Amino acid sequence: MNLSLLLEMAASTLDDRVAVVSGDVSLTYADLDAAARRVAGKLVEDGAEGLVYCGTNDASFPIALFGAAYAGVPFIPLNYRLGDEQLAPLVQANSGSMIVAEDGEVAGADPGVTVDRRRLVDADFAASGEVELPPFVDPEDVAVVLYTSGTSGTPKAALLRHRHLTAYVIGTVEFASADPDDAALVTVPPYHIAGMANLLSNLYAGRRIIYLDAFEAQVWLDTIRREGVTQAMVVPTMLARVVAELDGAPADVPTLRTLSYGGARMPLPVLERALELFPGTGFVNAYGLTETSSTIALLGPDDHAAAFAGDPVAKVRLGSVGKVLPGIEVEVRDELDQPVPVGEPGLVYLRGEQISGEYDQGSVVDADGWFPTRDRGWVDDEGYLFIEGRADDTIIRGGENIAPAEIEDVLVRHDLVVDSVVVGVPDEEWGQQIAAVVVLAEGASLTADDLRDYCRQHLRGSKTPEIIEFRAELPRTPTGKLLRREVVADLTN
Amino acid sequence: MEIKAGSRLACPECSVELVVVRPPSSPVVLTCGGVEVVDATADRPGGGHADASGEGTLVGKRYADEESGLEVLCAKPGPGALAADGREVPIKGAKPLPSSD
Repeated sequence: MNLSLLLEMAASTLDDRVAVVSGDVSLTYADLDAAARRVAGKLVEDGAEGLVYCGTNDASFPIALFGAAYAGVPFIPLNYRLGDEQLAPLVQANSGSMIVAEDGEVAGADPGVTVDRRRLVDADFAASGEVELPPFVDPEDVAVVLYTSGTSGTPKAALLRHRHLTAYVIGTVEFASADPDDAALVTVPPYHIAGMANLLSNLYAGRRIIYLDAFEAQVWLDTIRREGVTQAMVVPTMLARVVAELDGAPADVPTLRTLSYGGARMPLPVLERALELFPGTGFVNAYGLTETSSTIALLGPDDHAAAFAGDPVAKVRLGSVGKVLPGIEVEVRDELDQPVPVGEPGLVYLRGEQISGEYDQGSVVDADGWFPTRDRGWVDDEGYLFIEGRADDTIIRGGENIAPAEIEDVLVRHDLVVDSVVVGVPDEEWGQQIAAVVVLAEGASLTADDLRDYCRQHLRGSKTPEIIEFRAELPRTPTGKLLRREVVADLTN
Repeated sequence: MEIKAGSRLACPECSVELVVVRPPSSPVVLTCGGVEVVDATADRPGGGHADASGEGTLVGKRYADEESGLEVLCAKPGPGALAADGREVPIKGAKPLPSSD
């Protein structure tokens, strides 16, 4: 299957339903399909080998994505906010592509093939002559190239083929199942797998998609109320800002049925406060990676509600990412590649039709189809998957494996701590020492010794941070992932 | 005709159009309303089916034939019903999931 089929089906079935709203632009499913075909014609006429998208998440994003799909060339979304030094090599690696720009020139791009994203909605942005779109696009062709966030090194180009993304969508979404009034509010960026999967799922379900190009908690809440939004997806930093903005007042968003979150670990205190402030909304935790075409496991509204009601087992599972989707298999292995018993932590491996596990440098999927996520985690006796974090982030102190998340979870439960990161720093005696960098609430004062005492009450002595430093904020990616290597560099310099 | 992944098939007699999600493991004759489906770009007389009393083939539904492994997605609906070597091809049940996007 080809991605463009998803839009083609939606356009022929839903026709004049509104598909996308952003700013002053509003496109029906039929409008979006027509615009995508025009862009495809232009790509074919120009002989473009791909479409590099360096813009915000607005109506031009789905037009560009489906335009590339109709033309049978890869769609390559990049973070247009990257510095020139980081952006230029990514653009140059995709020479031969049409470049869609946010404004002005894009570092490393030929101005002759650069187009302002606002032009994509124009009816006159089309091939100059008659152009035939390819009648068949092989499901094996690369549909999307996504650069991973690269929290532990330089970004890698993950390849998602048409068959991976369509397997995810048709396996998890019932076609045209949305009510005519359903609306999804999207604030995740187009260059992130969550933004990509979000677009495809919402279109296939038949929802009206409302894009906000910059996240502000109050604007987000106002938009939900004004537009009658029924579904929204946020990353943890966004939810933390919404909770702070509400300052204890109920969210007052009666139309919002589902609030899903993912992209990074959600601090439990933020989630617990959000459950209180959004009493009528079902919460969904989605876990997935770029290489798995987005979500592979879900913790659903019932699990959240049970935890909120005080069920002790459900409260523990609030720290999990739920159960894997139908069609996805999970296996937890030790360092010697042997499966570990239920409940024991190890390296998480995944298998399924939506899983690519492939980069421009080659595939990391083994002969039996298993993809090593490089995340550490475990599965409980009822199949709930718990993720501790990246295997590379595991601290090894005196031979003991320590997951930073366990210590971070304790630190953020302290009343005066708003954010924290725990990393290992080199140590001659222990191999690594545990170091914590902590952000305190405004006006709060606390010493490193106070926090060490607090940690000792909740953690074993060997897990109490030896080094504790305070900072005004922590380095994070736009989707809220901690940049641990920057923290380590900061501490060791 | 050969049924390969991603190819588009159509009923010559009604409006049904299909996309192959999973090709069959061995050759199989796929019919719509009793007529063998053709490549979607082929000539389609469109005379309709004599017996169109069932629910036909529904857009957005996946149809899977367990015996051959063939799975198709209906891209355009129509009155004809699908069969593989004469066996009725049932809708593949999808468990509804909470929206994660």
